[in-house]
Amino acid sequence: MAAAIDATEMETHHKILILDDDADWLDLCRELLAPLASKPEIRTVSSGARALALLESEPFRLLVCDLKMPRMDGLQVLAIVRRRFPQLRTVVLSGLEDEEFRSRAYALGVDLFWLKADMQQNTQMFLDCLESLLGREVDGGFRGIQSKSLMDIIQMECLSRSSTVLRISRGPLTAKMWIQDGEVIDAETEGTRGEAAVRRILAWKSGTFESLPAEPNRERTIAKAINTLLLESAQTIDESANVSEPESMEQDVHRKTVWKLGLLMREGAEFVVSVPLDGQGVPEALGTQSTAQLADWTRQVAEVTKRLGERIEAGPLSHVAATGLDRQLLIFPSERKSFLVGWPPGDAAGEILEKSKRLVASWDS
Amino acid sequence: MGFLKKLFGSRAAIQQLPTGSITMDRDGQIVTSTVSSAYPRALLQAIGRDVLRLFREARSTEMPLTELDIHFASLRITARELRGGTLIFIFPQTTLAPTPTGASL
Repeated sequence: MAAAIDATEMETHHKILILDDDADWLDLCRELLAPLASKPEIRTVSSGARALALLESEPFRLLVCDLKMPRMDGLQVLAIVRRRFPQLRTVVLSGLEDEEFRSRAYALGVDLFWLKADMQQNTQMFLDCLESLLGREVDGGFRGIQSKSLMDIIQMECLSRSSTVLRISRGPLTAKMWIQDGEVIDAETEGTRGEAAVRRILAWKSGTFESLPAEPNRERTIAKAINTLLLESAQTIDESANVSEPESMEQDVHRKTVWKLGLLMREGAEFVVSVPLDGQGVPEALGTQSTAQLADWTRQVAEVTKRLGERIEAGPLSHVAATGLDRQLLIFPSERKSFLVGWPPGDAAGEILEKSKRLVASWDS
Repeated sequence: MGFLKKLFGSRAAIQQLPTGSITMDRDGQIVTSTVSSAYPRALLQAIGRDVLRLFREARSTEMPLTELDIHFASLRITARELRGGTLIFIFPQTTLAPTPTGASL
């Protein structure tokens, strides 16, 4: 009888498979995941092929997968796993701090994307997320809500009286929304907090989101009911889309300029020039008087480098960075509009690249 | 074997990405190169000439540049201005190569 009970208990213990090509990291993961309350069985593998073979032979609840691996990389493994094992929960644990990989992983349907550095710093939060994923089937629920807007998702969380933290990403921009017992209590993005942050987040038309464990002790900055907030945000979005009166158009332009200047100052850039394709609008600049000159140069750089890329078959152009004596420049060419962002000399290169990406992503939002 | 070639013709070869460095003088001539000789010289020259052109255009816009970094999806070209000429480093990028966040852009 005791043996039968033990067997039943063993069966309810979930199994986690960790895939990483670094043996030391696998050992560390075993140690870090050991305190999980549900006491899951933890297995480790060092190659994508071995992981797939193991998933075929045994039922697992969760796959924790690295991205950068030799032969078969993490994205390839996840693409196969999604088709073959649709019920398997997937977590990406990567050292690659690039938003592109986060987006690609979420596009493949992973449940959670976490950076290795964050995992070591916020171990408890990571464990809570894993515990929540392991127990999700018990609570019931469906997967796949790709066609729902952010407003729908927030409404769903509030209607079900959930407590969670929504982490929302749109390219390089990130935001967090704290929901406690079905009420939005706080939000934060791009240096704004509270209701202003909610309005900014709801204006985003696309992106990815993930649910993190609730933070009940979070300070409340939003007192309004969620329906009032959503209604006000929808009205603001409608009004900005239907500006027709000349006076309100002028006000709108003024408001946008002030907002963009604030953005420029907050990030610490010297200037931004947005350059539409020839004949499709006039260049717009903030922080510089040499708009036409800089716009012409940006166009030339975008054209020359794009043509060069096609000729040497180097793939799409991502960006061009230039260093001068008195400033650093970054050019982001795109089909519709190119951007030139100027920075003071001496600022850390990696930092200004990330800041520039954020600036460009926010510029027309 | 010859029969198959006649039947299907020859397939276009995949162009390998260059890797190494080149030095160009102010007239757009390659002075030294560590890029494989299998890579077409005309394409190397195109890279060098376009880089020189970008340096010149920046100078004429009164924004003299000392360094230029062109990031393509599969290739990165870093060029340093060299008294009218240029020293160019070419690095292929792998699918999962992270965006550089270190000393240079």
